[in-house]
Amino acid sequence: MDLNDTPEQAAYRAQVRAWLDENKGHAPATRGRGDEEAAVEAHRAWQRRLAEAGYVGVTWPAEHGGQGRGPLEQVVVNQEIAKAGVPGILDSIGVGMLGPTIIAHGTDEQKQRYLAPMLHGDEVWCQLFSEPAAGSDLAGIQTRAKRADDGSWRLSGQKVWTTNAQFAAYGLLLARTNPDAHKHKGLTMFVVPMDAEGVTIRPLRQISGEPEFNEVFFDDVRLEPGSEVGAVDGGWGVALTTLMFERLTIGAGSEGMGYRADRFARAIASDPAARRDPEVRTRFGELATELLALRFTGYRLLTAIQRGQIPGPEAGLGKVTAVNGAIAAGDLIADVLGPEALKPDSEWSYLISFLPGLKSAGGTEEILRNTVGERVLGLPPEPRLDKGIPFSELRAKERQEVGA
Amino acid sequence: MNFDLSDEQVLLREAARDAFGRVKTVEAARAALEGGELPDLWPTAQQAGWSGLLIDEQHGGAGLGALDAMLVLAEAGRVLAGVQLLGHLPATALLNAAGFDGEVLAQLASGERRAAYVPARPGDDLDPAWTVEPRTGAARASAPRVALGDDGLATVDGEVAWVPDAPGADLLVVVGVEQVTGAPVAVAFGPGAKGVAVEADTAYDATRAIGHVTLDGACGRPLDATEDDLRRAWFLAHALIAAESLGAVEECLERSVAYAKERYTFGRAIGSYQAVKHALTEVLRRQENTRSLLYYAGWAFGDAPGEFAAAASAARVAGGAALDFAARELISVHGGIGATWEHDAPLFFRRAQLSRRLLGGTGDATGRLAGELLGGSATVAA
Repeated sequence: MDLNDTPEQAAYRAQVRAWLDENKGHAPATRGRGDEEAAVEAHRAWQRRLAEAGYVGVTWPAEHGGQGRGPLEQVVVNQEIAKAGVPGILDSIGVGMLGPTIIAHGTDEQKQRYLAPMLHGDEVWCQLFSEPAAGSDLAGIQTRAKRADDGSWRLSGQKVWTTNAQFAAYGLLLARTNPDAHKHKGLTMFVVPMDAEGVTIRPLRQISGEPEFNEVFFDDVRLEPGSEVGAVDGGWGVALTTLMFERLTIGAGSEGMGYRADRFARAIASDPAARRDPEVRTRFGELATELLALRFTGYRLLTAIQRGQIPGPEAGLGKVTAVNGAIAAGDLIADVLGPEALKPDSEWSYLISFLPGLKSAGGTEEILRNTVGERVLGLPPEPRLDKGIPFSELRAKERQEVGA
Repeated sequence: MNFDLSDEQVLLREAARDAFGRVKTVEAARAALEGGELPDLWPTAQQAGWSGLLIDEQHGGAGLGALDAMLVLAEAGRVLAGVQLLGHLPATALLNAAGFDGEVLAQLASGERRAAYVPARPGDDLDPAWTVEPRTGAARASAPRVALGDDGLATVDGEVAWVPDAPGADLLVVVGVEQVTGAPVAVAFGPGAKGVAVEADTAYDATRAIGHVTLDGACGRPLDATEDDLRRAWFLAHALIAAESLGAVEECLERSVAYAKERYTFGRAIGSYQAVKHALTEVLRRQENTRSLLYYAGWAFGDAPGEFAAAASAARVAGGAALDFAARELISVHGGIGATWEHDAPLFFRRAQLSRRLLGGTGDATGRLAGELLGGSATVAA
């Protein structure tokens, strides 16, 4: 058991660290407030600088501008960026998940056109998968794309939880192209230009008051022929590729969420009365157990990734541990500090506001537990009422049941 | 980065599983509740070399680490095997660290003699006093008082209750405090040492041999152990009891899942109900968290000694709570029959109940972890 780098990793780490030392003066502030456009441009320039040095798309093949390195080198870059106290890249969703999806399923023309500007941050991407009525049950999406005779498409519907949509150039969008097929069969993946006519982006403010996400509306948006990624009606397989890279990105970045026992310990230890209080100690000891377990489960995950394994659904339990551990920590700190912890400029106020939503991000806790129960423990599935029925009939049945 | 078992460790675990698999330990656990004899697993431990696991090779041991010991204890816990390693391993680790008599170490390594650790809890960030288990009640008892004589021997007075594996041990390693300075010191007592009495007892879980140790002017050999060595022994015992719990959790989960697949109600396997499925994934979550923390403890024991107290305490907290949850779930999944004498589930429940309360209890480990992180000595790795 060894938490140290291999000699090759250590050499790479030294190289990354030296580069960051030299260049971190160019990095923008970690959490930008105020002028968003200026902040985005500064962040974009920072991604470009990182990309030119070879620290973006570390795992992408060289032919697409990447470094062709392993996932552990990507982890090294993430760790060193975090240690240097500078932000990562602007478009981690594009580079981490959507670019690799295009590499896996896109045409040569799409790879030529989109990958290099994505890598350099010149064109930011957003992920247009979830909808108001389809999140955990992603295959239930209703956004519709209809093909015209000339091969172009018309797109109508609504997406939600879209990070970065307000400044994205493109989105990767999952739409229903054949409602008469079974739910998973009639879906297609598309590239959507975010400046197309009929695209409306609306910020979605969270509990904190900050707009972390957007809603995106599509009103008869025209997509050029050849906008599909992968086969028509083959979009579910493409989406699964994206979700696999999402797990890999989250797995490789699990330390980066900042939910560490020592961070919360500092906040409590600064109050000598709290440090001695038996109830505080019990609550802190219990949540610290969870967060330490999270960190060392993360090392097990990284070991698996280093061996070329893709994290399975069991990695979802780490999210359950992280969210609930951090909720307990935020609660305890607010109990110790009192209302002062809830004031707008308190880091704890932001954390406390952020966590209830995180509980549902990337699949609700309930769905994660279903998936883990079925795919890891091998328990029998929930009875499914959507199997073997064309999507259109399924929707009609749903409407009838709610009496609409 | 390699945070996984080595090939040798996987083999060690498999060998332990095989060895315990040859004895009907779970049946014996039930019989023992009605006065039956427990199978003697000490010869198994001797043959497998577990008795020498933490003794240097030069004294005939295997010279392995805490994680290796945990892997064996996890397999023992899985089948509720009473194998007396919980007492023997911390004692031998202490004797080995103190450079005790090579001949005695060799006898302990071969298993010809069996040792038991008579623990004292190290002081923490709130109270520096070393304390021991009381017979009952919330207040901890003073550690035995040790008088060091000019003849190189030590005279010890005091009582330590609920000592695992003490009955029948050939060598007791008692941790007490020097009567003038209050500094912790360990003293070894051979068989039949004058002034040493061990009252055998059991509570709820008949697979555990427990003893209450009384020292009345008892004369023994002090160990040349550092305070750090004595601290490590306490936390090693915590890690080992957590490992036992992990094995038992694994067994509870396997049995629960198997039953949830084959038992039908209202036309469906009960494992298809979310209420059951989510509870069992919670067992899995706690199981894997415990495993990660045991790996942490195993790693810290060798590579980050300053973190061992925190790591072992966290493992103890997670393991204790995991086994409590898993054993209750095992009963619930089986319904009423799971709470009957004829079912195995209560045996795991009994194990969970007693394990949580030994060696200061999981509540003490929770406070310890908090103390280590909030103001104690550990600097958890950045």
